[in-house]
Amino acid sequence: MKPSPSLPEHLRAIAALVPPGSRVLDLGCGSGELLAHLIERRGCSGYGVEIDDTNLQACVARGVDVIQINLEDGLAMFADRSFDVVLQLQTLQHLRNTETMLRETARVGRMGIVSFPNFAHWPNRLSVLGGRMPVTKALPYQWYDTPNIRVTTCQDFQELAQRNGLRILQHFGVQAARRVDWWPNLLASVAVFQFDGPAR
Amino acid sequence: MSASAASGFLLSGTSSTVTVGIVTPQKMQFDQPLHLRSGAQLPAYELAYETYGQLNALRSNAVLVCHALNASHHVAGTYADQTNNTGWWDNLVGPGKPLDTNRFFVIGVNNPGSCFGSTGPTNLNPASGQPWGSDFPVVTVEDWVDAQARLLDRLGIGQLAAVLGGSLGGMQALAWSLRHPERLRHCIAVATAPNLSAQNIAFNEVARRAITTDPEFHAGHYLRHGTIPRRGLRVARMIGHITYLSDDSMEAKFGRELRHGALAYTTQDIEFQIESYLRHQGDKFSEYFDANTYLLITRALDYFDPARETGGDLSRAFAAARAVRFLVVSFATDWRFSPARSREIVKALVDNQTAVSYAEIDAPHGHDAFLLEDPRYHAVMRLRFDAIAREVGV
Repeated sequence: MKPSPSLPEHLRAIAALVPPGSRVLDLGCGSGELLAHLIERRGCSGYGVEIDDTNLQACVARGVDVIQINLEDGLAMFADRSFDVVLQLQTLQHLRNTETMLRETARVGRMGIVSFPNFAHWPNRLSVLGGRMPVTKALPYQWYDTPNIRVTTCQDFQELAQRNGLRILQHFGVQAARRVDWWPNLLASVAVFQFDGPAR
Repeated sequence: MSASAASGFLLSGTSSTVTVGIVTPQKMQFDQPLHLRSGAQLPAYELAYETYGQLNALRSNAVLVCHALNASHHVAGTYADQTNNTGWWDNLVGPGKPLDTNRFFVIGVNNPGSCFGSTGPTNLNPASGQPWGSDFPVVTVEDWVDAQARLLDRLGIGQLAAVLGGSLGGMQALAWSLRHPERLRHCIAVATAPNLSAQNIAFNEVARRAITTDPEFHAGHYLRHGTIPRRGLRVARMIGHITYLSDDSMEAKFGRELRHGALAYTTQDIEFQIESYLRHQGDKFSEYFDANTYLLITRALDYFDPARETGGDLSRAFAAARAVRFLVVSFATDWRFSPARSREIVKALVDNQTAVSYAEIDAPHGHDAFLLEDPRYHAVMRLRFDAIAREVGV
């Protein structure tokens, strides 16, 4: 595998949640940057999942194994509890079947880590108070062209996770590439949750 | 080890114009019988093969290319006496191409039972002094792989950097990973399936019946009668050809276009261009392909089913291939070997925690796409072979 350059800080905070040596499934793995880091620096192994051709090629170029399937079709390819960690970073908000995917993540992985734009970040609240949909670094689109078909907040996600029997192990925000542990629902543009599945 | 002259790369130009140049097919004689899956054996036989590029000092850069139904050891380049006879995967294999012969030593080998140079039904059966005809033993994908392994033994190649194949060639690549996993680092299986569906077998059976019911077939011993079941071969090829193309690509290429511009109201003459095209393909094919070979190869397709030995459990079958690294490629519009069939292979590999990448190429051309130069497809192949080249140190 090609050695990869060092990881941006917010991804390092997420990488730190992945136990060394884990079997990892990275749903919506992009160019494979994080997965390459986990393989090289944390002795992990596993696959990325990507739909986009350019991202797929970037993964193949890095030597990161990647599987081109549409997450909207579910995770039927992956057996129950077949991964130690399932990552779903900045992916959930693009999917129509959010709740199913969250359950699938919990089915396939012993632990799940998700991140998504936090709509309750204070500038977004101000923007909506002022009568306009927010357009920010984390939510850079206009309402009519956004690929984010599910917008949510830390609090809302927490509720959905609890309703599906997921146990939240850690939750923090990321703002300006920094980890935010205080009032993330107000102070962070990106939310991160680490959870494990319902007991079976 | 004699590698074929690869002089073409001295020319400048894009990857599609530079080729391995003039190549020379070679033959290797095997006197030890090949024990076949059926229990029969092939007494002594010859394999036709070609090589491109140079084997490195570590012997680590060899790539075996397995052929599909209507192909041979002639993977790339042209022949000195047949400059129009370009290898069937010339757009992929050559200097500067995705499978770069400046870095890899590429081997194409013709399978036993074929009619392109390796021992097959048109050759003489030593026992009778007559052409083998339908007495040629039934060969399977696994038998071919074993024959290929013997060729590698003779070429002094212990471990391949990769085995690559599309369609039936992809099945051979998969069979390599199951039978001789220690002899390949990478398996690249394109537009293939873990076995044939009932529909696949049905198409094969129509083709076989077209051949065997041709009055010139003579129970497979037509050569002894000085004839060839051309009509059967033509129809077999026509039905096969339909399954290689997507509905959309056929529509785009022919639509309802008429041969003569106006309807002639005839039931037997050609009215539509698609009829003309299929008849032309059938005619061409019947001039060079052997009918018994067609029967043998379609049967090898039917029989391929690695999960048969593990009670239908493909994941258990692939447990043998854990150390091999896979790239599986399918094409969205391939309805003969659909992406769903490739995903079955990927799932079996994932169940074994085997290293696998999977690309589903959104190409419009149906099954034939694996032979065409789609940029997304070739980009993935190039990047993968680049990674393999780094791994084996070339």
